[in-house]
Amino acid sequence: MTEVLDVSRVKADFPIFERKVNGKPLVYLDSASSSQKPRAVLDAMEHHHRHHYANVHRGIYTIAEESTAAYEGARAKVAKLLNARATGEIVFTKNITEAMNLVAYSWARKNLGPGDPVVITEMEHHANVVPWHILVEERGVELRWIPITDDFQLDLTDLDRLLDGAKLLSVTAMSNVLGTLNDIRLLSDAAHAAGALVNVDAAQAVPHLPVDVQAWDADFVGFTGHKMLGPTGLGGLWARAELLDAMPPFLGGGEMITDVRFDGFEPNEVPWKFEAGTMPFVEASGLAAAIDYLSALGMDAVRAHEKQLTEYTLRALEERFEDRLHIHGPRDVDRRGGAISFLFDRIHAHDVAQVLDEDGVCVRASHHCAKPLMRVLGVPATTRASLYVYNDESDADALVESLAKAEKFFAV
Amino acid sequence: MPGLEDLYREIILDHYRSPRNRGELPVPPATKAEGFNPLCGDEVVLYLDIDPDSETVRDVKIDGQGCSISQASTSMMSSAVKGKPVDEARKLIRAFKALMSIHESKLEGESDGSDLTAELDGVRLGDLEALQGVVKFPVRIKCATLAWNTLQQGLDERESVDA
Repeated sequence: MTEVLDVSRVKADFPIFERKVNGKPLVYLDSASSSQKPRAVLDAMEHHHRHHYANVHRGIYTIAEESTAAYEGARAKVAKLLNARATGEIVFTKNITEAMNLVAYSWARKNLGPGDPVVITEMEHHANVVPWHILVEERGVELRWIPITDDFQLDLTDLDRLLDGAKLLSVTAMSNVLGTLNDIRLLSDAAHAAGALVNVDAAQAVPHLPVDVQAWDADFVGFTGHKMLGPTGLGGLWARAELLDAMPPFLGGGEMITDVRFDGFEPNEVPWKFEAGTMPFVEASGLAAAIDYLSALGMDAVRAHEKQLTEYTLRALEERFEDRLHIHGPRDVDRRGGAISFLFDRIHAHDVAQVLDEDGVCVRASHHCAKPLMRVLGVPATTRASLYVYNDESDADALVESLAKAEKFFAV
Repeated sequence: MPGLEDLYREIILDHYRSPRNRGELPVPPATKAEGFNPLCGDEVVLYLDIDPDSETVRDVKIDGQGCSISQASTSMMSSAVKGKPVDEARKLIRAFKALMSIHESKLEGESDGSDLTAELDGVRLGDLEALQGVVKFPVRIKCATLAWNTLQQGLDERESVDA
């Protein structure tokens, strides 16, 4: 097959692949949980620490201004990557969980009351479930669920009825368990026609495919840096500027104000209104380097590579294990990303992952923070292999060989 | 690096493939206790029939689903406590947790380690010692202790009802 990415060169950019696990090469297939970091990201953070470390937006001195410029420069890179209308539409948060909570605690608390419907789906990550459960308890909002079909797609048969009267549709762009890609534009159009706003969990989408928030016509889009080659501790929320302007602050503290008196405060402008306290600005330099790295590869090429490799992996699993291995996710790679969940009939996900670890193969075995989906699938957990820019066919082959070993080991 | 054979001893795989005491008991007279491992979705359902006169575990049945370690540990636990006096079952819980390097009584300040050693002297774990290899795989310790925590919960609940 023609290679759209030169994976051996990409892999060489990631220092962690120099190590061995149990004497074997590291086969990292858990990027949907968190990605590895290229040298450029590590260097960018070290450079920030060594050369212009100073708190942002506070100092008058040279290195503080350099530090601030780097932080705001990172925001501009995120805005460009997501095709935001303006840099100020990007609010940095700790991770996407905080971004989802920002929507729930700031926008939803102000705008939703008893009986107001919020529509989510059965394939959501807990980060896009629990904040709404909290609002159900606190505000009496009504939570509605879009079901999934037998072929792991959203079942849109009853969409109009579910959206009737809804104030918000909050949906993942790509399932972290099934790999399913949802048609966000179609969902946005339906939600807007019903008078609801659209919040997108793009944790799995932004690292793996071109994302255009304007083409999606979404209202809020959350992302996280550590799944897209960046460091931990920094994610963010894109939202339409007029929404951010009207939203009350979420966390109160330093930097998010223009004035504080004995009887009150004036909030800062957007986006700083939502960035209370010292932010992870060194990590922002790392995220900027990650975006540069991904942009140099090209998000179209990243997507094309993962599509090819997902097809290869699915076919290898099918050929080797036939119907003994159940793959929980769509078969058509046009409709899915590279997060592949699977389960043998009589072997628990954890036991599979344990055997794989002995071969240096890193996969996730759990409910993947999507317990409602596990209930729908009728399984307690799945094993998940997830692909990224540094994976190639040799990783898929190692996965298949190690799975064969697990199957043999636990054979009844 | 500990190998797979340290974790998956043959007797563990045997209990996993052929779990003992599967089933249910009518509640009441039996006590039902459920344990969950939120990390991996493992589930243990335990039915305890305790003879109130002799304070002995007359019968025990288990249900639920999970990985080989949690299910084997549940099966082995059921075999170990069946027919045993309740206070002996409680001793087994403490001994098993000590095997897993968990010293709760010490943490709770009830006694120090030497008392525990003295108390557990003579408690025979038998086949259960095959689970000792789990200690080398820290994330799996919770799988192994789930059944025992559920047993403890079942015994505690029954006593609080009786009281």
